[in-house]
Amino acid sequence: MDTQSIDPLMKLVQTLLDGFAVGGMYALIALGYTMVYGILKFINFAHSDVFTLGAWVSWGLAARALRLEGAADAGGTPVWAVPVVLLGAMLLCGTVGFLIERLAYKPLRAAPRLNVLITAIGVSLLLQNVGQLRVVFGPYPKSMPALLPDVTLLYVAGVRVPVVDVLVIGLPLVLMLGLEWLIFRTRVGLAMRAVSYNTQTAALMGVNVNRVISFTFVLGSALAAAAGFLYALKYVGLKQPADTTWVMLGLKAFVAAVVGGIGNVRGAMLGGFAIGLLEFLGVAYLEPLYRDVYVFAVLILVLLLRPAGILGRAAVEKV
Amino acid sequence: MALLEIRDLHVHYGAVHALQGISLEVAAGQIVTLIGANGAGKSTTLRAISGLVRPTRGTLVFDGRPLAGCPPHEIVRRGVAHAPEGRGIFANFTVAENLEIGAFARADRVGAARDRERALELFPRLRERLRQNAGTLSGGEQQMLAIARALVARPRLLLLDEPSLGLAPQVVQTIFGIIRDINAAGTTILLVEQNAHLALQTASYAYVLEVGRPALHGPAAELAASPQVRQAYLGLA
Repeated sequence: MDTQSIDPLMKLVQTLLDGFAVGGMYALIALGYTMVYGILKFINFAHSDVFTLGAWVSWGLAARALRLEGAADAGGTPVWAVPVVLLGAMLLCGTVGFLIERLAYKPLRAAPRLNVLITAIGVSLLLQNVGQLRVVFGPYPKSMPALLPDVTLLYVAGVRVPVVDVLVIGLPLVLMLGLEWLIFRTRVGLAMRAVSYNTQTAALMGVNVNRVISFTFVLGSALAAAAGFLYALKYVGLKQPADTTWVMLGLKAFVAAVVGGIGNVRGAMLGGFAIGLLEFLGVAYLEPLYRDVYVFAVLILVLLLRPAGILGRAAVEKV
Repeated sequence: MALLEIRDLHVHYGAVHALQGISLEVAAGQIVTLIGANGAGKSTTLRAISGLVRPTRGTLVFDGRPLAGCPPHEIVRRGVAHAPEGRGIFANFTVAENLEIGAFARADRVGAARDRERALELFPRLRERLRQNAGTLSGGEQQMLAIARALVARPRLLLLDEPSLGLAPQVVQTIFGIIRDINAAGTTILLVEQNAHLALQTASYAYVLEVGRPALHGPAAELAASPQVRQAYLGLA
């Protein structure tokens, strides 16, 4: 299609919609990076593979367990398909996140941070390659069955917004509001913030630190799984689990967490949307080939000008 | 029988033998103080009681039951609250949230609300600042918050680590007055203090530590009168 002939307003609206959709996914993944960093002060490099797992588990549940392939064409998918696949993926990835922490990171709680970082890379490689086993997801790309009818829900400035896009943009917002409530309004959120501020003092207050750390991994992994589910639903074609597409998506979500201010939950949300929008605006109005360049250029700029991130505060020790 | 009994306590930080056989007793209802120079092991003793460091040898018995192997979050539930060195308040929390986390271990909401009210009566300055970020409080107010936060856990034994540190003399007087009130209301206190003069005035019994070893102990008034203590810790000839 000749892009010159597209109405400029339509092009802008479409770009913003795409940017928000991907930005929401980045934000959901970035939250996991930032929450774990906030509590354990290390970057869980296996986190992006939990996102990949979320996408592939969604495929596994939809295509294999529930046999929904082609159901959309043959009389439509059942209404429970979306919630069942989403919750299934979140539950499974939450469990995997729990096990990763318990088996790989917890034994290294007192070890130098570098040891944990190397272990995280090991866990990442393990997840990628186990995912490629024939008995798991296999070494070939697959396509995600449609779980929603191809219905247009509304038009924004003449741009068609299908029901899938409403879900892809809306679900992250709902999940983030829920997380915001959890962290700032509940007892477990208070405990998480206390552990993040000072682990030892939190323990003196009666907070079971190990339980909070486990909970954080489960929560972060479940959010990444939701992002994976949305990715599968929107982009349909899933590259094999060890493909570099996944690494790049996870890396951009990590950039979002750093740009927003690592350790800051609201920063991760803001950073996710900022990176998603920036990427798509760059592709639409500058050079599409440089889509990765825009993201990493922003990372470099933020690290140079505001190293603690947009919402991050430079750590000041009060003596 | 004493509320807290420590026998031959040893703690190592890596190769450093920080506590080399401390024994002490805290009888219920008393204020007992632990004095000594920097690095004598006063804070380490408190950290061992509240479970933050694991002793390499020795026994800790609280209320007739050993504390060995008990994690810090369980020790609070057994009735030991620790206002740590440097106050350890959550600077990014409001004052109200600091008090809320102080009562985290409690299951009885009604009792917790009553104790919060009592703590705010002891420290009216905190009531005025409930919605304020704790990081914006003055040093004295932060110390008050650290004590109030330990009180809402309704401890039977309150561990106070250097409550006078870095505070103006009048503020120190106020805080020590309140510490006596807290004790008079029935809470047993183990007080670690650099200001030996003040500590011996406040406590009924005292232990003097010297580089990880117990040096002297006795009723606070007797120690305050002993020439050895007067010379080494009170700066008097």
